Amino acid sequence: MSIESAPAPTTGSTQVGAPQGRKGKPVRSEGKRAERRLGLLLAAPAAIIIVGVTAYPILYAIWLSLLRYDLRFPADQAFVGLANYATVLTSGYWWSAFGVTMLITIVSVAIEFVLGLALALLMHRTLVARGLVRTVILIPYGIVTVVAAFSWQFAWTPDKGYLAALLPDGSAPLTDFASAMAIIIVAEVWKTTPFMALLLLAGLALVPDDLLKAAQVDGAGAWQRLTQIILPMMKPAILVALLFRTLDAFRVFDNIYILTQGSNGTGSVSMLGYNNLFKAFNLGIGSAISVLIFLCVGLIAILFIKLFGASAPGSEPTGRR
Amino acid sequence: MATTGSEDTRTRMWWGIAGLVVILYALIPVLWIVSLSFKTTDTVTDGNFIPRSWTLDNYAQIFSLDIFTSALVNSIGIAIISTVLAVVIGTMAAYAIARLDFPGKKTLVGVSLLIAMFPQISLVSPLFDIERAIGLFDTWPGLILPYITFALPLAIYTLSAFFREIPWELEKAAKMDGATPLQAFRSVIVPLAAPGVFTTAILVFIFCWNDFLFAVSLTSTQRSQTATVAIANFTGASQFAEPTGSIAAAAVLLTIPIIIFVLLFQRRIVAGLTSGAVKG
Repeated sequence: MSIESAPAPTTGSTQVGAPQGRKGKPVRSEGKRAERRLGLLLAAPAAIIIVGVTAYPILYAIWLSLLRYDLRFPADQAFVGLANYATVLTSGYWWSAFGVTMLITIVSVAIEFVLGLALALLMHRTLVARGLVRTVILIPYGIVTVVAAFSWQFAWTPDKGYLAALLPDGSAPLTDFASAMAIIIVAEVWKTTPFMALLLLAGLALVPDDLLKAAQVDGAGAWQRLTQIILPMMKPAILVALLFRTLDAFRVFDNIYILTQGSNGTGSVSMLGYNNLFKAFNLGIGSAISVLIFLCVGLIAILFIKLFGASAPGSEPTGRR
Repeated sequence: MATTGSEDTRTRMWWGIAGLVVILYALIPVLWIVSLSFKTTDTVTDGNFIPRSWTLDNYAQIFSLDIFTSALVNSIGIAIISTVLAVVIGTMAAYAIARLDFPGKKTLVGVSLLIAMFPQISLVSPLFDIERAIGLFDTWPGLILPYITFALPLAIYTLSAFFREIPWELEKAAKMDGATPLQAFRSVIVPLAAPGVFTTAILVFIFCWNDFLFAVSLTSTQRSQTATVAIANFTGASQFAEPTGSIAAAAVLLTIPIIIFVLLFQRRIVAGLTSGAVKG
């Protein structure tokens, strides 16, 4: 608390609205040191927790992936190099799960972005029942995934569900690959579109109304205002939202676990990893799958940063005063 | 009624329809689980959206099990503590990342991105071993620590994106008027950043409340077992009875606290996001 950097010259009240003329003032090295100290102090708790809770487990998981380590035969432990990766990558299970995961990720994130943007614009602009919409939309977002998954599962269960009742007799949508995938995607989209919309709304709030009004006066239509002003100004928020949802969707687990248990080829890579760890008790193979999932996710992030220019926080050169 | 053809009336009507669609979209799956929770054992499989006969038996059954009531208390306590800590720590770190020059900044950003991406499933087994070794297994801190850790990247990422959009001339002005960096942070930036912080608080709370994987792996008794685990266990426990009604009742109970929480924070979010604090 007692960080006294500059010898505070009490030159009057803190006026809002920076006088632009004083920009060229050189930064005192004393202030610079205080800034470094404050920076370290503020970042330290996060750094300590992140390192303490994850650094060792992450390394341990990588180490496990290089071992033959079956919990049923704990004595038969040996270093096998990349053999676990070879086993996984030559198995049809991995590639089937990978395809399923990619399909769910791409389709649901694409739908979520369009719906989420529409929802954000609605929440931002609507003239009618704005508060109600904003409150209600937080419910799918806030509801526990397992709970929502049960709702969809019961809804599509023959004889029990209101949605299954709309289908022809004898159809069991959760036991057929295509319809089960569609239901999984619907469950994902329903649950996470508000997440997308909230992040986009946060970006939308930073778009100045004056600018939009000026553009309107200049004759820009709604679509032009969206694509020429709103979307470019929202770019940081959009990239955060897309990046996080894509990474999250790739780990899809809860919905599949409740809806299909991964039957009929609907299992994701996370289901595969889970089953290897907690059903087959194979820590080595399961960890290899986990590391592969991590690598896939890393590739996705790199693609985002390279292709779309998503900037990691703090990495941009212009952020400094 | 929109026969006047007035631009304003038509616009309002379209907004109204759009709003109604959103409200139905959001509520129908929730109302369905509520409906199931009130159905009697005889009618729970009738497929009707609205119950034909109503009962509270499902709730009575749920509340007679203290495994569920204690799980609810654990969930609330753990989620709130984790949220407060993660948001405070995340705000500090995000401010430092967005605004300050300090050694190790790039590393912190990189590592927190790694955490955000790392599949939690692969951390479960090592964490299980470690927490058992140091006595954190099956305790509140044993869940709070991983929750904070995995909430931090989200908090830091969202907040620092926010912070970079804030008009920092205000902070500069405060500093030129003699405020220390800490004073500038407290009295100028915190009010401006409040919308982002509240949004982040919601994201983090939902994340903690939602978690199933850590909870099922790092707890074993009522001491720290959370509600998501309780509902999953309950599913398995009643394999001979028709469990739908009971699961639905438990699901509704799991949803009520979050609706209350959302309602409490909703006003602040709307106020925060619409206050125009960021406008020049």
